[in-house]
Amino acid sequence: MSSSAPTAVHHVHRDDYGSRMGMWLFLFTELVLFGGLFIVYSVYRFTHQQEFHIAAQELNTTIGLINTIILLTSSMTAAMSITAMQKGNVRFAKGLVWVTIMFAFAFMVNKYFEWSAKIHHGIYPGSKELLNKPEGEILYFGLYYVMTGLHALHVIVGVVFFLFILRHIGQGKVHQTQYVRLENAALYWHLVDLIWIFLFPLFYLIH
Amino acid sequence: MSDHHHQEAHVIEYGKYIFIWLALLAFTGITVTAAGIGLGNWTVVVALLIASTKSWFVLNYFMHLKYEDRVFKLFIAVAFITFAIFITFTFWDYSFTR
Repeated sequence: MSSSAPTAVHHVHRDDYGSRMGMWLFLFTELVLFGGLFIVYSVYRFTHQQEFHIAAQELNTTIGLINTIILLTSSMTAAMSITAMQKGNVRFAKGLVWVTIMFAFAFMVNKYFEWSAKIHHGIYPGSKELLNKPEGEILYFGLYYVMTGLHALHVIVGVVFFLFILRHIGQGKVHQTQYVRLENAALYWHLVDLIWIFLFPLFYLIH
Repeated sequence: MSDHHHQEAHVIEYGKYIFIWLALLAFTGITVTAAGIGLGNWTVVVALLIASTKSWFVLNYFMHLKYEDRVFKLFIAVAFITFAIFITFTFWDYSFTR
């Protein structure tokens, strides 16, 4: 193989398979990142059951449920954008990516109101009100802010990722036969959805 | 040898995505209802089982895992088994050191 005569054929290196695999490997590091936090959560919940129950009652289940529906729907629109691209319907694909970004924005608005209400009631890391509560409740709210905060950060990164893809579609770098970047952005977005699928019941539904 | 690198992309129809989405919404409804019933110690188990089922749908259909090579599935299996080992050992440690 290596002794084949040098030819002038210009070979553009392209490996969609490897590209997607790289994305999946990166997603596993995210699993470890959030997984570690989930383990911390389960241990403290195990040692402070009663206090976790009481603290969880302060969360607004309705907002949590609305955000769950928003993320599930946005995951669907992200997945559909790939189908649209494969069918050569670039405008529709772009539209679906925009819809996904709008859902992400709606999620963040809800999160903003949710956190504001908590902070308004004096519940935030290090607040006097929180530090007067039993240890288990302090741990619960500490984990709540860290885990939903880290998740919200991922939502923002996902939006930036999608904005880059939209630019690449505009520049013609992503099109009907070359859309692996869109696939990878969508994979990242689905991970954000997956993490929320576990955060929602564990924080909002345990009372 | 590396033919699978260039295999035809699998196109999933919009209708299928809508079906999966409806299933995910239904499971969300079930998990909210189940949490409201008050199943005691089973609440967490039920919540995690439903969340895992939802994840299965997201991984296989939204993330196209069902149509990927075996290697991808093997990766996922290794990642989840590693995570399961972490959890098992942590709780093992906790139940013996307290």
